[in-house]
Order: sequence, then structure tokens, then C-alpha cells
Amino acid sequence: MSKTFKLDGREIPFETGQTIMDAALAAGVYIPHLCHNPELAPHGSCRVCLVDIGERQVSACTAAASEGMEVDSSSETIQATRRAILQMLFVEGNHVCPACEKSGACQLQAVAYYTGMLAPHFTHFFPRRPVDASHPDVVIDFNRCILCELCVRASRDHDGKRVFAISGRGLESHLVIDSPSGLLGDSCFAAADKAAHVCPTGAILPKGRGYETPIGERLYDREPISIVGDVRAHEEEVV
Amino acid sequence: MAEKPRVATVSLCGCFGCHMSLLDIDERILDLVDLVTFDRTPLTDIKTLGDCDLGLIEGGVANAENVEVLLEFRRRCKVLVAFGACAVNGGIPAMRNQFSLAECLRESYCDGIGVHNPGIPNDPEIPLLLNQVHPIHEVVAIDYVLPGCPPSADTIWTFLTEFLEGKPIAFSYTQIHFD
Ligand code: SF4
Ligand code: SF4
Ligand code: FES
Repeated sequence: MSKTFKLDGREIPFETGQTIMDAALAAGVYIPHLCHNPELAPHGSCRVCLVDIGERQVSACTAAASEGMEVDSSSETIQATRRAILQMLFVEGNHVCPACEKSGACQLQAVAYYTGMLAPHFTHFFPRRPVDASHPDVVIDFNRCILCELCVRASRDHDGKRVFAISGRGLESHLVIDSPSGLLGDSCFAAADKAAHVCPTGAILPKGRGYETPIGERLYDREPISIVGDVRAHEEEVV
Repeated sequence: MAEKPRVATVSLCGCFGCHMSLLDIDERILDLVDLVTFDRTPLTDIKTLGDCDLGLIEGGVANAENVEVLLEFRRRCKVLVAFGACAVNGGIPAMRNQFSLAECLRESYCDGIGVHNPGIPNDPEIPLLLNQVHPIHEVVAIDYVLPGCPPSADTIWTFLTEFLEGKPIAFSYTQIHFD
């Protein structure tokens, strides 16, 4: 008989070694996440997948499931903490959704909607960050990068290229590109790389395809991410 | 009969899109006129602000006049609403925060494509620009947010009706949009 734990009162089966997130995804239960992608090693950096296990809060994407544990993923306290985390992600970058091609199919935005976030609330940092349009097929807008390292992991572990890394500490942390000039166009990055297709925000975008789907018909316009799922699963329809 | 709630609206550094969206409530505007009295708003063209129950602020804070008007709205309105993306987070105008004010002025009035008679305007009638565009909550306390660029007519209607009925404000999924 398989082992189970309780997620918001519902029995979730799991195998030894699975995380809370793995088991929930397999059971079709949504736990909000940004830096998690089941095809890549968990990273546990965004903290949006925070859940309560008794006295402690842990990230569901890195915490192992264990027999009989009781996990709370939907209390107002948890949602409020997630909201605050998202609000911080918004003010630390420059997220001008009305001017972003990814809007309507952006996971950051969709998770914010899911948690009931209405506004970034905190004082905006308005950091000065560049846009790198040097690559013929792909553009990088560092204003929208949330440092989830999905592109870092995809490039390193899947593409075998190590095009990306995070450099600096704290507020200075930023995505860097491995090329003599630091520009994407001078790196070995290609549009067919997995790293070009994993970004949960509008930071890495294909050129020449923007604003294809009309407002009102985009991925998260009609239904929440808890029903529609991650944007990467819909890439063909939405990008 | 008690006096009807007084509502004022203003556009600071915005494009008037949120006011256009307010007009998009179409014939419901007749119900609204029955429910409230409009004070200062571009809809009435009243220029001075009286004591109000509700103030809707469109646009961010980009110049000295915006600051003054916003402070007056905060003083005179019991409840203040950040109405639309620019008021909420600076919106499109805040994209100039990526550059210094000098760079923006030079590009607009001196070096930009198609500029004739280059020279930065310097008339005392023109409000002084701030170094950055700010969302309104960085200048005054706000009570509610209406996200969207612009918020849809239905979102605005939901807010107004629930507010006027004294209910908690609750938007449906499709009424929350950052764009
Ligand atoms: S990446 Fe997402 S949250 Fe950021 S500006 Fe684009 S749509 Fe908005
Ligand atoms: S560019 Fe995208 S995938 Fe890469 S770290 Fe930034 S947000 Fe994550
Ligand atoms: S999804 Fe778990 S920490 Fe980011």
C-alpha cells in the first residue's frame, strides 16, 4: 500500500523520495510555484510554494513528503505570506505589465492573481536594468528577471552549455551571461535551447512573435493558474 | 433624506484611460448619477475640490502639481482609491525612471527625432517635474486599489456598487488584471 500525507485535509499518495510538490502535482493539486519546474532539479529560491507543516513553514518543492504529515497550503496566513513575497518580487524589478509581451501568459502575474494580490504595495525600487536584444532570435529584459534560475538550470543541466549564472549578492544579485561581451548575441545560446523556453516571466522572450493573442483570450485571462497550469505546458499556444 | 455620497475623480500622470473606462459602464452611469453627487471631476469640469466621501485617483505622481493635487484629495476625501495601473505602480509613465530626468528632457526637447527649435521649456506656468514617477501610495495613504490598465468597466462598477452598499470589496478572477 502506498504512503499518504494530508494536504488541506485531502489524502495525497507519495513514494519515498518525493517532495510535497511532486506528490501534489501528481495528484493534480495545485501549490503555487515560480522557481519550480518538474523537469529540472528543485531550487527552492522563490518561496512562493510555502506551506505549513505543523509549527514550521517549508517550501513544498524542496521538502520531502512523509507518512501522515499534515500540510496546510490554503490558509489565509499562508496566502498572505505568499502575497507579500510576490509583492517584493514585483517592487524589486520593473514589472510594467501593460507594456510586457508576456502579460496574460506570465506565471508571476498569474500566481499574483491566484493569491489575490491587487497591488505591489511596497515602495518600488525602480532599479536601472538593461535590455539585451543582441541575439537574433531571443531578447532578454533584465527588468523582469526574478532570479529563479530556471534558465541557469536548463542551460547547465539540459543544454550542457552554462550560458547563464547569477552573480552578486543581495540587492546586487543579477543574471549574467557567459560570453566575452556579456551579451547574449555573443554567447552560444540558441532559440532551440531548453533555457529559451523555461522562463516563468517575460524576461526571456522569442523575437518577432509578441502580442499574438488578443487581450481576453490569453492563457490566464479566463481561468486561474490553479486550473490552467504552468505556462511552459502551453508554450505553443501562448508565446 | 441623507445627502448622497460625494465622489471626486482626477487624472494625475495618466492617459485618461481609466476615466474612459469609467464612462464604459455605459447606461449604468445613470444609476450612478442617482446614487452619488459628483464633485470635482473631469466629467463635471468642476475645478475645485469640496469635502468628499470617495476620491478616485488616476495616474502616478510625476510633477509638483500632481503632489499638490494628491495631497488635497487626501485631505478632502474620506476614502482614496488608486484607480488603475499608473496610480498603483507608476505604470507606463514610470518607465522614464530608467533614465535621469536630464536624459529624458534632452531626448524629448533637444536630441529626439523630429524636434524643431530644440530647447527645454522653462516657463513658470509649467509644473516642475520630479526626478521619478511614483505610485500614489508612496506619497499619501490609500484605502483601496483598482488594478488594471485600465480597470475594466465591470471592475469599476463592482467596486463602486459594493463600496456604496457598504459591502466588502470582492473582485471576481477575471476582474483582477495588471494590464
Ligand atoms: S514579466 Fe509578468 S509580471 Fe513582469 S511585466 Fe511582464 S507580465 Fe508583468
Ligand atoms: S531570466 Fe527568467 S528563467 Fe532566468 S532567472 Fe530570470 S526569471 Fe528565471
Ligand atoms: S517553487 Fe518552491 S521555492 Fe520556488
